[in-house]
Order: sequence, then structure tokens, then C-alpha cells
Amino acid sequence: MSTDQLSLRAPRHRVSRKSITLWTLTAAIGWAVVLVPQAVALVFSRSPWQVAVASATLVAAVAHTAVMPRWRYRVHRWEATPEAVYTLAGWLNQEWRIAPVSRIQTVDTKRGPLQQLLGLSTVTVTTASAAGPVHIEGLDHADAVRLADELTSTTQATPGDAT
Amino acid sequence: MNPEQGGGPAPTGGALPPAEFPAAPAFVEPVVDWHRLDVRMLVVRPLNEIIGLVPVFVGLVVLGRGEGWRIVAGAGVIGAIVLFGLLRWMTTRYRITDDQVEITTGLLVRKRLAVPRDRIRTVDLTAKLGHRLFGLSAIRVGTGQRDQPGEDGLTLDAVSSAEAERLRLLLLTRVVRDAPGAVDDAEEPGEGVALSSWDARWLRFAPLTLSGLVAVGALFGLTANFARELEVEVLGPLTEAAHWVMDQPVGLTAGLLAGAVLVIAGFGSVVVYVVQFWGYQLTREPDDTVRVRRGLLTTRSVSVAEQRLRGVEVAEPLLLRAGRGAHAKTVTTGLGRKGESSLLLPPAPVAEAHRVTAEVLRQTPPPTRAALRRHPVAALRRRMVRAVVPLLVLAAALAFFAPAWTWQVALALVPFSALLGWDRYRSLGHALTDRYLVARQGSAVRGTFALQRTGIIGWRVSRSFFQRRAGLVTISATTAAGDGAYHVVDVGEAEGLALAEEAVPDLLRPFLER
Repeated sequence: MSTDQLSLRAPRHRVSRKSITLWTLTAAIGWAVVLVPQAVALVFSRSPWQVAVASATLVAAVAHTAVMPRWRYRVHRWEATPEAVYTLAGWLNQEWRIAPVSRIQTVDTKRGPLQQLLGLSTVTVTTASAAGPVHIEGLDHADAVRLADELTSTTQATPGDAT
Repeated sequence: MNPEQGGGPAPTGGALPPAEFPAAPAFVEPVVDWHRLDVRMLVVRPLNEIIGLVPVFVGLVVLGRGEGWRIVAGAGVIGAIVLFGLLRWMTTRYRITDDQVEITTGLLVRKRLAVPRDRIRTVDLTAKLGHRLFGLSAIRVGTGQRDQPGEDGLTLDAVSSAEAERLRLLLLTRVVRDAPGAVDDAEEPGEGVALSSWDARWLRFAPLTLSGLVAVGALFGLTANFARELEVEVLGPLTEAAHWVMDQPVGLTAGLLAGAVLVIAGFGSVVVYVVQFWGYQLTREPDDTVRVRRGLLTTRSVSVAEQRLRGVEVAEPLLLRAGRGAHAKTVTTGLGRKGESSLLLPPAPVAEAHRVTAEVLRQTPPPTRAALRRHPVAALRRRMVRAVVPLLVLAAALAFFAPAWTWQVALALVPFSALLGWDRYRSLGHALTDRYLVARQGSAVRGTFALQRTGIIGWRVSRSFFQRRAGLVTISATTAAGDGAYHVVDVGEAEGLALAEEAVPDLLRPFLER
């Protein structure tokens, strides 16, 4: 088997730039849940241990919130061809997912409160496998709806029960 | 057309209107009768449930020294169970038409389930002890859908064993019949071809499973509990014995204790093995299904349509592997996630596992025996780091915060952990046969899967930060069957992608670059 330097190319499309804001907000909220109780505790007592833990958390929080969204934005990509849906996601750990259109069972769009605020949507493509859903996060809502429609109509044209 | 059982009164299937004219023969929807569950279930279900509740009753009534409320509560529970069984029997009906299986059930919440017959993948007949005394079986029909935990799915609990056998044949024989109404019995089926069956010599693998230890734990808990409830003075003599043991030298004490646990665990595991797998029989039925039958008290028969079989997984837990044993399960759509029902072979010689794989998949040599390609040395480095570094970190932390002996113990464990890491690396491998994707991983439980290449319905390629630095990826084939995804762990990036590309031609190609 001559394999040369085979590698996966990046999918064609980036996600919406507004995703950076979304990920920043999500991270900030997540860290706030950890930081606020510590801050409150610091008001009442200040042992050196507490201060150390709190400042370590703060540094981690700032670093994560600053770095993760931009890094993610550079990684996250998607592509839908007539044959397959292809995505790349993650930042430190990255994952490519490929689902053939002929095996698609459902196509959903979903938007949480923050996503609605920013006009974003997640498209989820499920196959018959319990482990195989493909998520495309952070699409502009209009793009997401168009993509979902497209996928749904191509899927319907394919016979069989997709197992 | 009626089976001999369960011919309930007035079928609800819709009576034909009285014909005033010679009716047009156009619509000849055969009226298929609705059947009830077997009437003997009125006795069996309460019996089964009450047997399960015996400890509770003993606790409630016998130990209550005649306290009034305890007896009332006990009687109430029994009454409720009987009533529930009666309601269930009265409200549950099923029928099998040309196209689908229908079940209606429920009193307050009427539920109607209809499953197209061509979606049926597996049929599972289970007869608990109570069922068997009365010649009954419960049927569970598996479809391709992911079974929700806690959902009953398509279950008939229960019908007579003869009816169950008839239904099994009927449901799995999906011969397209043109004649309408031909739902009656298929031609008398021949006997299946035996692929493997119970062998008393396999009992030697029983102690190598951990089921014995679990049994010991459960037994101990139960006994202790009862002793407390009964306030029996088992504790007195036991404490004396314990004191006597404690007075002996430490080595002897530990030895005795370990010996006792081992003997009991060994005995327990043999009992568990016999109870679960007695009468094990693997056959290929004439209707192209693979059928596993087993069980001493509760008998179980699981039939899998061969067409739906996507592969086989051979598992070798560490102890079992040391004794050259293995067990096997099917990779198939339609079985729930309750691991048991996908069992293909109980713990048995590893050669038997491979032979059964070959027979079931009709592939010789068995794909699970294919020569596997080793993974890159970087994978070994990763295994070792993962085996050793956490222990070193733990030892360092313990050196700061805990008594000295703890970090020494942690350090002493390092060589063993490293050995495990080495073994984990040696397990890693993958291969492609002309019909199957094969890969192996794991040390504590070494698993080798053979997954039909046509059953792969997508890929996931994941790469962690460290894998990226090592030039490795984990490739997962997603499938509708079994666990949903099967992993080729820590394979070289280019090699892994080539493997995936070759396994399912054209799916990955548009996204690859050299």
C-alpha cells in the first residue's frame, strides 16, 4: 500500500464569523459559574490557598476565553457535496466527520438562546448510527435553513432505509 | 389461520358490513384476528414478580412479628401485582398482517405499536422459570431503531411456547408472498445446522471471568442483610473465627482470606456460567437466521436475520486471554444495548471463537484471524506515556501530601502499568479483508472486531493535540449496528486514511489530498 503523504483536506466553507462571539460568550458564562462563587468566598476570607486557586482559575479563564474562540474559528469548517456531508471541528482535539448523503436519516436545525441572539444555527445530520451525527455549528440562520432544505431533498431522492 | 392459543372473543379488527349487492372483489384485505396473550400469564406474571419480591416479603411479614401494617402492606402488594397482571392481559392484543406487526396495549393510556415486517431484524424468545413451568415464552422483536432505554419496544409477554416458535418463524421469514392472506404457517421448517454447542470442558473458563467475584459480593451483602434482619447470632461465631484468624501471622491471614475468596468466587463463577449458558446452542436455521439458545433457569433464544448481521466481535479479557479463552458477540442492527442479547459464544477456547466467527460470517479463514498490520512506534510511545505519566504525577502529589508508603506503592505500580501499556500497543492492529474491516485494541479487555465493509455508513477521524504531534489519528467507522462506531486507534495518519479509503471506495476520496 503506497500511502505517500495522504491527508484530509480542509472542508470548503468556514462557519460564520459571529461564531467567535458565540464561543466567547459561552466560555465566559461557563467560567463565570466557576469564578463568581470563588470571588464571593474571597470577600469573607483570604487564605493564601484560596487566593492562589482563584488567581489560577482567573488566568485559565482569561486564556481560554481569549484563545479558544479564535482557534476554533480557524479550525471549524464544513462542506456538503451531492455525495456526502463533511465537517471539521474542535480546537485542541480535532475531528473530521463524513456522512454519505445516501445514509442520512434526519436533518435538523437548532438554535439556542445565544444563537438566536446572534442569528446563528446548528445543522445536525443524523445517520442510522448511534455514534454518527454530524453537527455543523455556527452557520448563519439563512444558510442553515438553505442547507437543511437541500440535504432533505437530496435525501428523499435516495431510496432504501439507510442502514 | 388461528393459532391454537389466545383466540380471544370478538376480534376488533373490523367486521365486514352485510353485503347487499354482490360486492366488488376489489378490496380483499384479509381480516386478521387479534390475539391475546396466553391466559396462563394471569398466573405466571404475578408468580415471577412475587418470586423476585420474596426477600421483601420475608423482611416485611415474617420479620415483622405480626405487626398489622406489615401484613396489610404485603397483601396489598400481592393484590396490586395480580390486578396489574389481569389488566395487562385484558388490554394487550396483537396481530400480524401481511405488512406489519401490531400491538395495542394499555388501559388509561392506549398505546398502539405497528412495525413494518420488513424492518424486523431480530427475534428474542425469553422464558423465565415461571414461564417455563407453564410452557410460555416472551417474545421481543428488534427493529433497526435505536431502542430507548426503558422502552418496552415490541414485546409480547407472553405467549405459549408453540405460538412463540410459530411467530419466530413467521416474523423472520420475510418471503414476499403475492397471495394475500397467506399469513399462515410456512412449510414445516427443517432443523437448523448446528454451528457450535455446549461443552462441559468450557467450564474451566468460568473462574477466569469475574462473574464469581460479583456473585460473592452479592451473596455476602445479602447474607449480612438477612443476618441483621433476623438478628441471628451469626456474628458471634464469625467474630470469634475472625479473631482467631487475626491472631495468626499476617501472611497466613492474608493467605487464608484470599484463598477463601478465590474458592468461593471460583465456585460462584461456575454456577453463574452454568445458569447463564447451560444448553448453549448456536445454529443456522433454514430461514437464514443465526440462532443462539441458552440458559438453565431462564431460557433464551435470540435469532438474528443473517442479512442484518454486520460482523462479529471477539473479546478477550485479560484473565480469559491468559487461559486462551475468548467470548464473542454479534455486531447486528436491531439488538438493544443490553449487551447480553448480542452474545454469540460464551467464554470458550479462543480457537472456538474464531471457528464460530468463520461459520457465522461464512468466511474462511475467519476475518478476526487476519494478519493485522502493526501501528507505528509513535503509538507505543503514546501507550507508555499514558501508562506511566499519570502514576508518576500521582506519586509526586502523594509525596507532598500523604504518608511515605503511598508514593512508594504508586512507584512500585509503574512497571506493571508499563507492561499493560506495552501489551496495549501489541494489541493494536488493523487489516482489511475482501469483505471486512478488522481491528484490535485494548489490554484489560482485548477486543477484535470484524465489521462488514458494506455496513459502514460514515467515518470519524479524530486527532487529539498529542496525536497530532505524533502523526497519529483514530479512525472510527460508524455503523447502524452494535456499538454504533468501531475504532481503529492510533494509526498513522496516511495509513489510516488509506485504509478508510480502501474499505469504502469513493466515500473519502473527494476529501483526500496528497
